[in-house]
Amino acid sequence: MTQGVTKSGSRLERLLDAGTFTVTAELGPPKGTDLEVVRNKMGLLCGACDAINVTDNQTAIVRLSSVAVSALLCREGLEPVMQMTCRDRNRLAIQSDIFGAVTLGVRNLLCLTGDHQRFGNHPTAKNVFDLDSIQLIRMVRRLRDERVTEGGDGVEGEVPVFIGGAANPFGDPFEMRVIRLAKKVAAGADFIQTQCIFDMPRFKEWMRRVVGQGLHEKVHILAGVMPLKSAGAARYINNNVAGISVPDAIIKRMSGAGRGQKARDEGMRLCAETIQEVREIEGVHGVHIMAVEWEEAIRPIVEMVGLLPRPE
Amino acid sequence: MIVAERKPLAEILSNVRGAGKVLVVGCNTCVAVCMAGGEKEVAITATQLRLALRKEGLEPQITERSVERQCEREFVAELGEAIAAHDVVLSMACGVGVQTLVEEFPDAIVYPGLNTTFMGRPEERGVWSERCIGCGNCVLDKFGGICPITRCAKGLLNGPCGGSANGRCEVDPENTPCAWQLIYDRLARIGQLDRLMDLEPPKDWSTSRHGGPRKMVRKDMVL
Repeated sequence: MTQGVTKSGSRLERLLDAGTFTVTAELGPPKGTDLEVVRNKMGLLCGACDAINVTDNQTAIVRLSSVAVSALLCREGLEPVMQMTCRDRNRLAIQSDIFGAVTLGVRNLLCLTGDHQRFGNHPTAKNVFDLDSIQLIRMVRRLRDERVTEGGDGVEGEVPVFIGGAANPFGDPFEMRVIRLAKKVAAGADFIQTQCIFDMPRFKEWMRRVVGQGLHEKVHILAGVMPLKSAGAARYINNNVAGISVPDAIIKRMSGAGRGQKARDEGMRLCAETIQEVREIEGVHGVHIMAVEWEEAIRPIVEMVGLLPRPE
Repeated sequence: MIVAERKPLAEILSNVRGAGKVLVVGCNTCVAVCMAGGEKEVAITATQLRLALRKEGLEPQITERSVERQCEREFVAELGEAIAAHDVVLSMACGVGVQTLVEEFPDAIVYPGLNTTFMGRPEERGVWSERCIGCGNCVLDKFGGICPITRCAKGLLNGPCGGSANGRCEVDPENTPCAWQLIYDRLARIGQLDRLMDLEPPKDWSTSRHGGPRKMVRKDMVL
């Protein structure tokens, strides 16, 4: 995290290194080729955040590729964080796609293992998982800093990318969660986006251990938040998404807020409160807002917490 | 051992229907132990075939045989006459046994009676689970004797994914423990938690099936 010289030329990197509390959001590509969907979401996110994650067949559902949508964002002057998973590609395809993305202007890469195909719309598919997320991070760092491929050949040209990883402080075993982060940092991660925080005491305990090991000085941590649309959504996440628990107090608060727009308003307020709370935690350098198929919520939430306008 | 399960009767019928003489051949090794293709299962399958085909108005001759190990030439040699005297052979062995019959009796028509599932062990009566994918480069020394390549749904080598909850794997929580929870607990128990900090590089898959079909030649053994 040296100020002044960036590894990638990415705005996200520049802002984080300058100590700005950054905001990233998420854009899920359409289940096909309808670019209107992408343009609508781009309109909702433009100016509301510093960079936009473009998901890569998230939850193993086939969508427009993250490379193509990231390139489109670049063309429109927005900054993508291109997500890349290990589920669908081996080490050859991953490197090739990263080269392609870089030539199309992508400068931020989020390296993920990827959701198992069992959860998606092609559960009978053969998966790849030739690499895991930590091996992917290491491979990209070597492409960028040593200009060598995983196989050892030299890379023609530069691979200037700001390297991200994910962290789930809520998965088990808890003791492994800081170890995983430390390994990602050792492998070359520059920034981390966490899983959605609902269980604040556990997140704080994880951050306490992260800071205790000095990892917050080696990597930028963006706290993941998710606005809830309804009490039903809260319950669904609690019951169906392994590795995330939504405390009863939050479900009760969402239930008490009523239905429809009232519930959505409460979900946005709750999300804003979470952002305010994580801003106070040592080592948290930004937030990553995951409003799945609810990109309309992002600008009002960022406004509520006084983080608008976003810096250049 | 190699674990297998019987194919659905309808699928077996679709292959053997129309044959006048069917030889059902069991194997008394792995698939007998996992109760899929031993003598007893051969008898059950033969009876089911007779009843089902009789219902269709067919009266095929169905013969039952079993050999000690269907994957070895020496043990299947005794089947020569019986195979020659039948129209089709239904092998109740693993896929290796089926292919051994095909290779040793090139004129025979051999159908599989089992689905070969995995290399594993019985956990309790009637329950088997996978332990080894035969990657050709054993890593059990690094993970406290628990194989993440086999037992983690994503084959992760550097720790659990975000879907590990309460010791279970998100892909099938009811039936599958999180391999990394097992590894963590095991390394804690034997005082090797420091191994978890090792950055495991990408695996060399060339020794596994990904390097193509495998063959082992022991020069010291070759005659």
